[in-house]
Amino acid sequence: MNVTRGFTGRPRVHHPGLPPGQYDAGDDWPVLSAEVTPDLAPADWTFRIDGLVAEPRSWDWDEAHALPASVYEGDIHCVTSWSKFGVRFGGVSLDAFWDAVRPDASATHVVAYAHSGYTTNLPLADLTGGRAWIAWEYDGEPLAAEHGGPARLLVPHLYFWKSAKWIAGLRLLDHDEPGFWEQNGYHARGNPWEEQRYSGD
Amino acid sequence: MTETTAPDTAFSPPTRFAVPGRIAVSNRTAALWQTATLTEIRRETPVVSTFRFAVPGWAGHLPGQHLMLRLTAGDGYTAQRHYSLASPPDDAGHIELTLDHVEGGEVSGWFHTEARPGDQVEVRGPLSGFFAWPGDRPALLIGAGSGVVPLMSMLRHHRRRALNVPLRLLVSARGPEELIYAAEYGAETTAVFTRRAPEGMPVGRLSAAHVARVVAERPTGGWEAYVCGSNAFAEHASRLLVAAGQPVDRIRIERFG
Repeated sequence: MNVTRGFTGRPRVHHPGLPPGQYDAGDDWPVLSAEVTPDLAPADWTFRIDGLVAEPRSWDWDEAHALPASVYEGDIHCVTSWSKFGVRFGGVSLDAFWDAVRPDASATHVVAYAHSGYTTNLPLADLTGGRAWIAWEYDGEPLAAEHGGPARLLVPHLYFWKSAKWIAGLRLLDHDEPGFWEQNGYHARGNPWEEQRYSGD
Repeated sequence: MTETTAPDTAFSPPTRFAVPGRIAVSNRTAALWQTATLTEIRRETPVVSTFRFAVPGWAGHLPGQHLMLRLTAGDGYTAQRHYSLASPPDDAGHIELTLDHVEGGEVSGWFHTEARPGDQVEVRGPLSGFFAWPGDRPALLIGAGSGVVPLMSMLRHHRRRALNVPLRLLVSARGPEELIYAAEYGAETTAVFTRRAPEGMPVGRLSAAHVARVVAERPTGGWEAYVCGSNAFAEHASRLLVAAGQPVDRIRIERFG
């Protein structure tokens, strides 16, 4: 252990929900997109799932909202080391979309892509079983554009760069294919509890 | 009847925004924590200082890249933060960070009140290739406050290598006393003061006219635009760039909250 002379850290109580290397951002919700925030109205938003699925299809805003509503209440964790406790997102569980497209047995990975052109890769298993959402509300209000509104992917058990803002689609593949940050040196999966921040962690 | 679409071998989403393929990131150096020894502290403004470190094993970086820095308390508690590199690549075995003294800041607070030459911290990096500029394309840099730090690494690189490729810097500060690196700017730089300006200079935020004037220079190959600052500033500056005709896929943004 390399103790830093004179460093004690801020007063702390151990929070069981705080992964290693993270701090509680409190009321802050930093914005960390690398691209220009797209000017995207709900009427122009579409969401498509294709690749290794039985029924590739697209949804527009109203079609997606006709699916059963689902809420995520819990925590989120950014690789830049802030975490945010007790957030509340409203949207639809990805399971409702999977029921419609029916992934092939050969599908193992997903590339999520945004209307901005941003991409990120995920194992399909991280997007099933009630652990991932398409989210369009935060705290009961429409999701702000700078946080990915009108709709973003939400995968709260992974670092937040996996929760692609301005989500446009998911393509199912039988292999892993690095996305934007993953090509820039970040970890392929990004589990905060294992500190999978960078490639090689 | 079911339809299965075969995935392309290399999937390209319908994108206007892509990773710069010309920049490679070393995964090996990013995974490694190294000891950095503080050698010098220079005051830049009343609340901003530059911290110079010796890192003998530093593999080098591209201007604009950042690192992860870690402090460890006696009880094993650690705090880590991302910081942009201020120094140019040609500073063998040394790196510099320029840090704001953030109110209540756990890590910046240690730097501004405790740190002294000889102290050791841990760093890993350089990280991320997106907000990086190797010096091969015209660069239009726009920063506010400490957002100028990664842009200064680019400007210093441009100077040290005596590069001919065009480079312009628009830098915003509240007042002259808060302008970081004030003595280093030259003809490539336009400073904008939002609260207090020197005699004869206007007070006001970065405007469409400032941005349009530089975008209109249209150097051969076009500008690669780099915007760094608070989220509010980044939103403002990137909208001005788009309005001035800068292609959206050639605007790279680094924001801090």
